[in-house]
Amino acid sequence: MIEVERLTVGYGDTVVLENLDFAVPRGDVFAILGGSGSGKSTLLRALIGLEATLHGTIRIAGAPPPREGPPSYGVLFQSGALFGSMTLAENVELALAKWTKLDRNAIDTIVRSKLRLVGLEGFENHLPAEISGGMKKRAGIARALALDPSLLFLDEPSAGLDPVTSAELDDLIATLNASLGMTTVVVTHELRSIFAIARHCIMLDGRTRGIIARGEPAALRDGSPDPQVRAFFNPRPRAA
Amino acid sequence: MTGSRAAADTPPRVTDTHDPGFRVERVDLQDGRAALRFGGQLRFRQCFASWQSVRRLARPPAAHLAFDLSGVDTLDGAATALLLELRDEVVAAGGQAEIVGAHGGVRAMLDLYGSHPPRPSLHPPPAPIGVLDQIGREALATLSESHVLDFIGDVAVTAAKAVRAPLSVNWRELPRLVERAGADSLPIVLVINFLVGLVTAFQAAVQLRQFGANIFVADLVGLSVTRELAPLMTAIIVAGRSGAAFSAELGTMRVSEEIDALRTLGLDPYGFLVFPRVITLVLVLPLLTILADVISIAGGLLVAMLGLDITFNAYLLETQKAVGLWDVFSGCLKTVFFGLNIALIACQRGLAARGGAEGVGRATTSAVVTSLFAIVIVDALFTVLFNAFGR
Repeated sequence: MIEVERLTVGYGDTVVLENLDFAVPRGDVFAILGGSGSGKSTLLRALIGLEATLHGTIRIAGAPPPREGPPSYGVLFQSGALFGSMTLAENVELALAKWTKLDRNAIDTIVRSKLRLVGLEGFENHLPAEISGGMKKRAGIARALALDPSLLFLDEPSAGLDPVTSAELDDLIATLNASLGMTTVVVTHELRSIFAIARHCIMLDGRTRGIIARGEPAALRDGSPDPQVRAFFNPRPRAA
Repeated sequence: MTGSRAAADTPPRVTDTHDPGFRVERVDLQDGRAALRFGGQLRFRQCFASWQSVRRLARPPAAHLAFDLSGVDTLDGAATALLLELRDEVVAAGGQAEIVGAHGGVRAMLDLYGSHPPRPSLHPPPAPIGVLDQIGREALATLSESHVLDFIGDVAVTAAKAVRAPLSVNWRELPRLVERAGADSLPIVLVINFLVGLVTAFQAAVQLRQFGANIFVADLVGLSVTRELAPLMTAIIVAGRSGAAFSAELGTMRVSEEIDALRTLGLDPYGFLVFPRVITLVLVLPLLTILADVISIAGGLLVAMLGLDITFNAYLLETQKAVGLWDVFSGCLKTVFFGLNIALIACQRGLAARGGAEGVGRATTSAVVTSLFAIVIVDALFTVLFNAFGR
């Protein structure tokens, strides 16, 4: 679904990541892992076209990411990034109103169904400021699913959520992937989320500015020879 | 602490006056060895005031200086840092020093602060650069980060698109914006411009009364407010109010990833956010200015009636004679460009905001200051232009 070849990303003279090669199979839940400052979010921004690449190519479904026209993917941002002056329904309907010629009733029906899908039925007329952090993430997913994309990007979906809400969100992501067959790319460093939803992953390293591990999360946890990868997957318990 | 009894009969001693529990004394031993014996509670707040005295105690050279903490009950983090620094100073000066006698929580505090190796940084610290280099880098960064030319180009492309496909603009937001920038700012615009008319009339009356030319207050007020003061004051109010609001709103959207979210939905932030705001101010400012003209003249009228014994009808007739349609129109024409400037500058600064709340604050300040500067420049240009064409 996504093919990345010799990708180098950065800002101005600063190279954040270089010569990345990886592929995301169709229908997969693929995690981009790494510590703070390792360039996970920068890579995500490059994949969705928000950050210019310095070198290399990104191909989504065999073509470069479209710069104009209806988006071929949905994105959930770390903060939810809902538009504060709009209700949840208006947030979800934005892309539908822009990119389809559906009438008002059809749009309303689709918006309600998307919000129901993420467990927010009845909250259509609420403003983002009136709902909790977990609900904002759910609404963000509903908005990302508005145009029924075949690819979903999630930037730290569990960030700032309590363990229970975070687990519920993981369940939702896994269910959406299983039911809709949607390829899902998730940036995270939450071990619980990784093992709950990811089938494959790559791990980035800020010092080497590259990928230091790739494969199935459980295999990396149990068999990686790299001490940094082992430390990431098997953090030492804190002394009491 | 090891060593024999003190050589001196009355060893130097420091006792903190604020905290009688904290004390330290220097004991000079045999073989050039010495000890600083601390006792009581070494807390930063208590011992800091006396620390220079403690340093002086450590200064006389000794082959080996022991910091004896066996009498210390409590040691806090900052006091630990001071103690370790003092020990390192003695070592750096060529002496030998060690901390002895620590126990329990005091030992744990020393281990916490002094035993672990420095933690490696993820990224190496930036190399120091010269002042000129720094100025150059800052200038280039400011130019490249503000993306002024990109912004102007994008707005021009959006304007062309809007002409070809008017539905590409987010018209739904226009009524809300017009209400906020227009109707909501009406009270302050009216009050300020009423006072401007009143003050202008007062100042004119003082001079004109001396020549028995009271009636010309109407001419002076009418012409000055319609041509200059009302457009200028209204633009300044709108820049401070709506310009700041636009910049802060877009800046907040920028730092909270809402602008990125718009892009990922395939929506153009220029058509969706910038263009409606530009249209709003271009529409609203001339309308506010017409109302400001009227209320300013009313302010002058009040002074003329109360202070110069001019009748209502006489004042209005004189105003009608003095102020032509062109005077009102030229003032309003300027405000179209004022509005364009305010909206473009505010939106550009907002969309270029970086770095959280501080970045939004900086963007907003910059938007207001730059807008005010631009208003004055545009006003001066129009004045020269009108003058050149004999108007």
